[in-house]
Amino acid sequence: MDAVAWSRIQFAFTITYHYLFPQLTMGLALLLVVFKVLAARGADSVWNDLARFWGRIFAVNFGAGVVTGIPLEFQFGTNWARFSSATGGVIGLTLAMEGVFAFFAESVFLGFFLFGEKKLGPRVHLASILMVFLGSWASGYFIVVTNAFMQAPIGCAVGADGRFAVTDVGRFLFNAWGFWEYAHTMTAAVITGSFAVAAVGAYWALMGEHLHHARSALKVSVVAGLAACVLQAFPTGDEQGKLVAERQPAALAAMEGEFETSDRAGLAILGQPNVAEHRLENPIVVPRVLSFLAYGSFGASVRGLDDIPRDDWPDNVELVYFAYHIMVGLGTILLAVMALAAVLLWRGSLLGARPVLWLLLLSFPLPYIATTAGWTTAELGRQPWLVYGLLRTVHGASPGLGAGDVVFSTVGFCGLYSAVSVLVLLLVAKQLARSPVPAPESA
Amino acid sequence: MGAAWYFVLAAMLTAYAVLDGFDFGVGIVHLVVARDDAERRVALAAIGPWWDGNEVWLIAAGGCFFFAFPRAYGAAFCGLYLPLMVTLWLIILRGLAIELRPQIHHPLWRAAWDAVFAGASAAMAIVLGVALGNVLRGVPIDASGYFHEDLFSGMGSHAAGAIDGFTAATGVFALVLLGAHGASFLAWKTEGELATRARALARRLWPMALAAGVLATWLLFARDPAFFSTVAARPWLWPLPAGAIAAAGIGWRALGARRDRLAFLSSSAFIVTMLLASAGVLYPAILTSTVDPAFTIDARSAATGSGTLAVGLAILGPALAVACGYFVFLFRAFRGKVDVAAYDHD
Repeated sequence: MDAVAWSRIQFAFTITYHYLFPQLTMGLALLLVVFKVLAARGADSVWNDLARFWGRIFAVNFGAGVVTGIPLEFQFGTNWARFSSATGGVIGLTLAMEGVFAFFAESVFLGFFLFGEKKLGPRVHLASILMVFLGSWASGYFIVVTNAFMQAPIGCAVGADGRFAVTDVGRFLFNAWGFWEYAHTMTAAVITGSFAVAAVGAYWALMGEHLHHARSALKVSVVAGLAACVLQAFPTGDEQGKLVAERQPAALAAMEGEFETSDRAGLAILGQPNVAEHRLENPIVVPRVLSFLAYGSFGASVRGLDDIPRDDWPDNVELVYFAYHIMVGLGTILLAVMALAAVLLWRGSLLGARPVLWLLLLSFPLPYIATTAGWTTAELGRQPWLVYGLLRTVHGASPGLGAGDVVFSTVGFCGLYSAVSVLVLLLVAKQLARSPVPAPESA
Repeated sequence: MGAAWYFVLAAMLTAYAVLDGFDFGVGIVHLVVARDDAERRVALAAIGPWWDGNEVWLIAAGGCFFFAFPRAYGAAFCGLYLPLMVTLWLIILRGLAIELRPQIHHPLWRAAWDAVFAGASAAMAIVLGVALGNVLRGVPIDASGYFHEDLFSGMGSHAAGAIDGFTAATGVFALVLLGAHGASFLAWKTEGELATRARALARRLWPMALAAGVLATWLLFARDPAFFSTVAARPWLWPLPAGAIAAAGIGWRALGARRDRLAFLSSSAFIVTMLLASAGVLYPAILTSTVDPAFTIDARSAATGSGTLAVGLAILGPALAVACGYFVFLFRAFRGKVDVAAYDHD
């Protein structure tokens, strides 16, 4: 393999690994704000207990997110120097804004949140977690807008020298693609956070421990989780699908395994794409639904891969197809689980419904898988482009960088991140085992 | 506009060196000045609310560098590929050490992370010094606008590597200087034996740092006398070296008089004046080519379009001011001696 292929593998690995942490912390940040607001409104200490319990787990994940996030910004320069050189005047703006607007607020106020509860009082403590929440959600926005530029460039132009320049800051920072991608990403983060909180609540309930805490945690997480699961499908997922159909027909065709153009395209639920023979094997198809989902009409024509030049196909059609199907399939399952839990919660019988509690307990890994599959769909669907339609991936790599250097650093990241995994799991397990009820003050 | 961004970036990197510099310094000296677990917890608690925010200055400066001078960003980062990768791993290891150490009460667990924290902090200080050395010395940029540098000089290639005699000297300078800076911080923020030892160490390291600084400056001027004539031709630069000399003297006296806050402010002022003087001498060059001056990447040739830069400054400038406000707030909120109880949250 050449240096470009290795650089792609390295970036895919480091960013996928990194994003295991922010998806939880961004979702948890919202729930922590909810806990602290509820704590401020009443005398019940349960909300502060939950905020402290999840604050500790938040801190471990936040730390891991920070240390694994730093390499990414630098990898743009190290492995993708031509891309950086050409587009820095555009995406450098959003990356700089992320640092200046989001990271300062997040890191400084997280220090207040973790170290200052006694010293600074409840109001500043609530304000601190609010700032951490705003910072982390702003950070998500700047990254998604950066990605939106790569997926569907808008508000900028390429000069004769091949360098990109912003022509309309407003449209670059605020556009439909960026908005729906952001909404879809953030609801996914809330799903991950809600399932984590619900799983621990379900665990307490199944063990018959801390029942008041279990009930309170489940109430908040199931309501937030159901709302996020619904928003995930409609309107955010739906709108994003329509935008992909409009701006990236090759990606849509690969996602759906559509080789032939059809004006009554069906939605493939299952099946295996056979790229060599240009067909879907063992398909189970719901007729005409794809035409409707993509263009809002059961008779709309959906372009198949055969009508798109081979050079413009995503270079891994199979992986795009399966990643997309895994995302949609798991999204459906997650919605069903939360809907079931919400019905029981509404009827007041969730804490006694052991099978559903088991389901909640065991479901917490699924949002991570769904989110990873979703980003895999988006990023592999964007191929063979770095900036869709304007800059090909092979033209963005660093000149003169040998495969040996990239393999060396990739192996180094693998080793280091293996150690990070063991340590993070150890620490999260240790925090999960702690009681949410604080030990009596030893004065 | 390129000039404005050049100095905004220089200021951000300087803020980074001063702020993350003191927590690197604490890492460099803590094995020596903090002898037992209780004292090491105090040393870590002193940087607890800080280090993560300090590191953001590097990330924010990186983002601004990417935005304002993309061609220099691409060339610098792919040319210094391996040194940068190793730097990233050090940053990760160092963060892990700070985060993980307090989590488990076990003497071996803590001893291991103490060693990682010290080693990674010292290596990061050297890396920063070597990076500054490379920027001052120049790198082998060719007609393509890129370069590829080996890690060391004289290892099977004739070209200068990232680490040669001069950049090694700047690396050692940074190590000793940040050690003194961190020791002054600990003397200021802690009490008792720990503070006494930190003060004594700072007083020993301070003259060594100055000696290393003089050596590195002499080597620089000896390699390239043009630097000296540039300084002579830019009178607006003169207050900076004068300020550095004054800060060095005040720092020395403050350490002797146990005026710890003044000593810390002096070492901060020394770092600020020294780095801004370096930027002032280099301007407008960002990456000097050792191959041919025509290939040098400077604030004009590498800059993003002027209109975009102006918009960027209008958007980012106020936010940077707010960020400075956060740090003032942080200094006020955690003023006085460090409170360990708030840090050890278990």
